[in-house]
Amino acid sequence: MLSESLIKEFKAIVGEENVFSSEADRQSYSYDSAVLEPVAPALVVRPTNSEQLGKVVALCNENNSPITVRGAGTNLSGGTIPDKRDGIVVLTNAMNKIIEINEEDLYAVVQPGVVTAQFAAEVAKRGLFYPPDPGSQAVSTIGGNVAENAGGLRGLKYGVTKDYVMGLDFFDVRGELVKTGSRTVKCVTGYNLAGLMVASEGTLGVFNEIILKLTPPPAASKAMMAVFDDVNKASAAVAGIIAAHVVPCTLEFIDQACMRYIEDYTKAGLPVDAAAILLIEVDGHPAQVEDEAATVVKVLEKIGASRIQVAKDAAEKLKLWEARRNALPSLARARPTTVLEDATVPRSQIPAMVAAINNIAKKHNVQIGTFGHAGDGNLHPTIMCDKRDTKEFHRVEEAVDEIFDAALSLKGTLSGEHGIGMAKSKWMEKETSRATIEYSLNMKKAIDPKNILNPGKIIAGR
Amino acid sequence: MADLNKLAKMLQELDDMMVACMKCGMCQAVCPVFAETMREADVTRGKIALLENLAHEMINDAEGVQERLNRCLLCGSCAANCPSGVKIMDIFLHGRTIVNTYMGLSPVKKAILRGMVGNPKLFNLLLDVGSKFQGLFTSQANELLGSSCSKMLSPIIGDRHFSPLAKKSLHSKYGTIDTPAGKSGLRVLFFPGCVADKMYTGAGEACLKVFRHHGVGVWMPSAQACCGIPALSAGDRVAYDKMVKFNVNIFGDGNYDYIVAPCGSCISTIHELWPQFSGEYSAEEKAKIEKIAAKAMDINQFVVDVLGVKPTEAPKGGTKVTFHDSCHLKKSLKVSEQPRDLIRMNPKYELVEMSEADRCCGCGGTFNLYHYDLSKKIGERKRKNIVDSQAKVLSTGCPACMMQITDMLSQNNDSVAVKHSIEIYAETL
Repeated sequence: MLSESLIKEFKAIVGEENVFSSEADRQSYSYDSAVLEPVAPALVVRPTNSEQLGKVVALCNENNSPITVRGAGTNLSGGTIPDKRDGIVVLTNAMNKIIEINEEDLYAVVQPGVVTAQFAAEVAKRGLFYPPDPGSQAVSTIGGNVAENAGGLRGLKYGVTKDYVMGLDFFDVRGELVKTGSRTVKCVTGYNLAGLMVASEGTLGVFNEIILKLTPPPAASKAMMAVFDDVNKASAAVAGIIAAHVVPCTLEFIDQACMRYIEDYTKAGLPVDAAAILLIEVDGHPAQVEDEAATVVKVLEKIGASRIQVAKDAAEKLKLWEARRNALPSLARARPTTVLEDATVPRSQIPAMVAAINNIAKKHNVQIGTFGHAGDGNLHPTIMCDKRDTKEFHRVEEAVDEIFDAALSLKGTLSGEHGIGMAKSKWMEKETSRATIEYSLNMKKAIDPKNILNPGKIIAGR
Repeated sequence: MADLNKLAKMLQELDDMMVACMKCGMCQAVCPVFAETMREADVTRGKIALLENLAHEMINDAEGVQERLNRCLLCGSCAANCPSGVKIMDIFLHGRTIVNTYMGLSPVKKAILRGMVGNPKLFNLLLDVGSKFQGLFTSQANELLGSSCSKMLSPIIGDRHFSPLAKKSLHSKYGTIDTPAGKSGLRVLFFPGCVADKMYTGAGEACLKVFRHHGVGVWMPSAQACCGIPALSAGDRVAYDKMVKFNVNIFGDGNYDYIVAPCGSCISTIHELWPQFSGEYSAEEKAKIEKIAAKAMDINQFVVDVLGVKPTEAPKGGTKVTFHDSCHLKKSLKVSEQPRDLIRMNPKYELVEMSEADRCCGCGGTFNLYHYDLSKKIGERKRKNIVDSQAKVLSTGCPACMMQITDMLSQNNDSVAVKHSIEIYAETL
């Protein structure tokens, strides 16, 4: 329980209407999108400007109150679940202004609560392009994207959130403003603290304003679908496309199990007997797009795709993408609980990883469908279960552990884009080293001596 | 104070539906209430989490959950956009019934729903009398919209600009209508719905004109009760059952091919909710409801899909009109092209699309009564989209939306008229 006087102090900073202390309100900030136990915060505070945000951080630090910053709460690894010791949730959604979109210098400055898709749409209105497109972009915030280093479908060609963060300023744990990076393409002033802040999951500072890189949009694009009777062929096609020096903007993979769930749901007549399909889109200058599309088709033919379908127009393209758009909805409808993983492997290892996932599903008697970003090896094995069935859910947990093991044994990583949060922190050392954890802990201790910045996330070791 | 254990047990029946919510949060993108308040307890994910906690006795403050559960337009935007297909409307309607039955309905709601709307004869009488005296208390606010405001009644209706009650409601003007099928070979049960019967009679008259023109026989029993949606939304099963059974008794034995209403909310209630909430009714009532529900059809859909009215082109150069998709019509009944087709049948109009045409206007039926400030904020966004479209006429397929949009436009003194889509078509006949 927080003292009445402390709650009063928060109210004095952000105004009565922006402090939520009732049981029902607090409980509605106890979870995010990860399948983990909820923890209700002791208080929820919603600053509406920078000054208030800095003061809130300072007040939390003075009172040893753990802070969990929350945007849309779509985190898939428990990064936005508050701390058990009277945690305080700091909402960013009232700090949702796009401060500047600079069309000459190709950058934008935004507050952390700006919604990703709304920002991308504003940028598009001015004829520019902000490429990162995480699956939750319709609601996710830029602050959350930066804190998690969110990815998306365009990662292979355009990179992920970290590739668009030019600089930011953030509050240190005392509520003092720290500035890093700049509005220039080149900047080597001091440590690359912006780089450190990306994927820090709220454990090292609280974002205030973020400077993002923008690019001109591609003028044209072309989409196609390839069907394979063997996962190895799909993987060889991915390698072949890259070897032919074509970098598609999206290169998505759907395995047979996943396809069957999609077909069950959509009845769209998908090739359910195929081992895998690839959805490929190339973009850029129209002439280049034509060239690249032809090259891709050649590669696909050579590898032996059993069917290749090139979209002739926008309507056909939309139709091709329908299977991919329905992947998660189909899997989510199959069973009550959906555990969405993001183990990632070097792209050459996709067949090995898919085989491993299917073996794990069989061994533990769990249902898994896999789709994902084949171009960057970022797969989403999705486990369908019912968390109320404790025996089944235990098998799911064992399967998840083995999926991580498999990814690491193939020289992959625990998380491509969902973050470590609470869900995967026990695995950190296995992928890295003891020294990595100690180095991180030392850094964290120096930056946040009382351990109040989103404690228990990434490095839970204390 | 409520016995939480008992309440929890009752809510357990919703557990299978609630557990399907994967807490992805995508409902935040479309919820009109959340867009204004940005509070998690105002969006579907938050409400389901709270109901789950109540069902599992993890929360003590049942009243807090009740209050948040009621802060919802039931517009169905979240359900239409839910990746895991959670049966959100079922959860909310059942949840409200369970929680509100258990916690008790507010005295005001009880008085309105059970004492008034739940008594069709009294309700009709009160409003008939009201229509004669309303001029004494109100003054005209906007000539084009025909709206009024009232300082004297402001303790009850706030600063709303409302359309006056019709001088004569449809049922008092016509009594019972009973005509045989004409050249179409079809006969419909005409269900004007409360608002088109008592306020926007123009929409009701337009329907009758269309039926006449196309040789459709009409049966309009003079005694009809409300479809029940206001009571069900309030979680008042007692009043709801009373209204439904009143109607079922009359409609059950009639001879007609379709039940047609100029109101998407009435039709979606009859078509979807009557069967769904008939679990405890007698076998005979259930059978009647199944039959009635299967025949329920929105007027726009009836004219276009059944009577085969189809425009050959999209007229240009006439008065600009923009169409608002009401939630029940588009999201529940999947009717959105038909009303636009009807508008295109009239060469005096040019249809222009506003942005976010299918975003809720904020009325939400009784939501408007209990959360007027919020309702107004949501409506303001709709108003802006309408005005930005440059249209001179706003058309929609739902009298409740007409009420809300008239209020929004009138308060801003916009010169945009409000018309039901069937009125625009009827003008050509």
